[in-house]
Amino acid sequence: MISYSKKVLDHLANPRNVGKIKGANGMGEVGNVVCGDVMRLYIRVKDAVIEEVSFETYGCAAAIATSSVITEMVKGKKIAEVLKMKNSDILKALDGLPPIKIHCSLLSVDALSEAIWDYLKKNKKKIPKGLKKRHERIMKLEKK
Amino acid sequence: MKRRKDVYLDYAAGCPVDPRVIKAMRLCQGEGFGNSMSIHSWGRRANEAIEKSRGGIAGFIGAKSGEIIFTGSATESNNLALKGWQRSQPDKKHIIVSAIEHKCVLETAGYLGGQGYEVTYLKVNDEGLVDMGQLKREIRKDTLLVSVMHVNNEVGVIEEVEQVGRICRAKGVMFHCDAAQSFTKLNINVEKMKIDLLTLSSHKIYGPKGAGVLYVRQGLEKGLEPLLHGGGQERGLRSSTMNTAAVVGMARAAEIGIKEMVVEGKRLGRLKEKFVEKVLAEIPGVMVNGSREKSVVNSVNMSFDRVEGEAILLSLDAEGIKVSTGSACSSDDLKPSYVLRAMGYPVARAHGSIRFSWGRWTDEADMNYVVEVLTGVVKKLRRLSPIK
Repeated sequence: MISYSKKVLDHLANPRNVGKIKGANGMGEVGNVVCGDVMRLYIRVKDAVIEEVSFETYGCAAAIATSSVITEMVKGKKIAEVLKMKNSDILKALDGLPPIKIHCSLLSVDALSEAIWDYLKKNKKKIPKGLKKRHERIMKLEKK
Repeated sequence: MKRRKDVYLDYAAGCPVDPRVIKAMRLCQGEGFGNSMSIHSWGRRANEAIEKSRGGIAGFIGAKSGEIIFTGSATESNNLALKGWQRSQPDKKHIIVSAIEHKCVLETAGYLGGQGYEVTYLKVNDEGLVDMGQLKREIRKDTLLVSVMHVNNEVGVIEEVEQVGRICRAKGVMFHCDAAQSFTKLNINVEKMKIDLLTLSSHKIYGPKGAGVLYVRQGLEKGLEPLLHGGGQERGLRSSTMNTAAVVGMARAAEIGIKEMVVEGKRLGRLKEKFVEKVLAEIPGVMVNGSREKSVVNSVNMSFDRVEGEAILLSLDAEGIKVSTGSACSSDDLKPSYVLRAMGYPVARAHGSIRFSWGRWTDEADMNYVVEVLTGVVKKLRRLSPIK
């Protein structure tokens, strides 16, 4: 039985930061339709700080809630700080997810990493080793 | 949006118990509490109530009283119908089931597959109808039985069971039919349909949960092994103290359902027609899953393009509307509906599927409220979706 916290249901009913933002300079997309989840995060970075962030998600309540909550969590934060974020932070912010939905929290962290990677790459900035590894892992997953 | 109200559109999952059924049950739970196996007058009273119920249900399906076995659920009836032949028919090690049977038939068939049986799954077309040509081809000398449901629980498609019955009878193979979703909605006659084993459920017909029936054609019971051994109730085929109140409740529910079937069927059919028309007119990118003509009047299964079913379900729930979905994201094994997949639909269509099923206490105002809320919910979720 799948049972969601009130916070998850609130994010489903009132998703935060939806759509595309003006002047986005980084975008990350993960998941696919066959799996039932596609997540897209847009960021606008200025002086190494995520000034604006938004999302678009096709998927279940958990997929929508994890992408919605992550936009709240990273807004106004420094990239270096945001890169330290783990899926456990997302779970905490949502008062947990049903066990079989935990992968959705991983997906949102991946989408965020991809958006940052995209921003750094486009702007010819140095990509940290950890992020590069993550990007390679995600690309492998996407190919499957 | 209008004021929130509760609309239950999940009757195919389970119906509320009709107050008239509760009234009948109360009589057996108060002074009629006796054990039907007791010889004293209170025991006899319980026994009489059960036998009256048995006779009633038998009459509604064209059977004899002695052919009705009360069980605890349709799942139990289906298990008994499929598993009970290992000893009496040891040479028959082949069973045929349709690919869209309820899980309790498919899982039982799978279990038998691990017990030395060979299982053949009948394909269905994109309307959800079983392939009769394949059925004819697959029946062999060692085929024990064929199991094809009357009405599918997810898409509401009505299978051609009379034809299945004819084919099976001609080849001398037992025909089991799971009629949990059709009883009191469609006519059932075990003689006319040439059914040898028939499963009925109580809580799908406004009776209490915890009661079911397996009809076993006279003569076949001798070869049927019980799942439960004990005091020998139900002619030794289902030991357990009789759940008198549930049995009486189920019989009363059947009586009401059969009596009101034609009039109520028309009313439900009108609700369906209007609902489907409105949804198709109001919301773009909607597909009806399964046959629209050969389906029951109390449900419809639809897929919404570019949105996922669980998100729709929970968004509707927030507005008081209760439905089901065939999305992988809402199942415990994260697999999309095997019924829609067997019908050849792509995974995304299964992910975006919703089953709406209504009944005795649904009216047009309820359905209109659902259309209004649903339109808003789908629009909102599509705005969220990166797939444009």
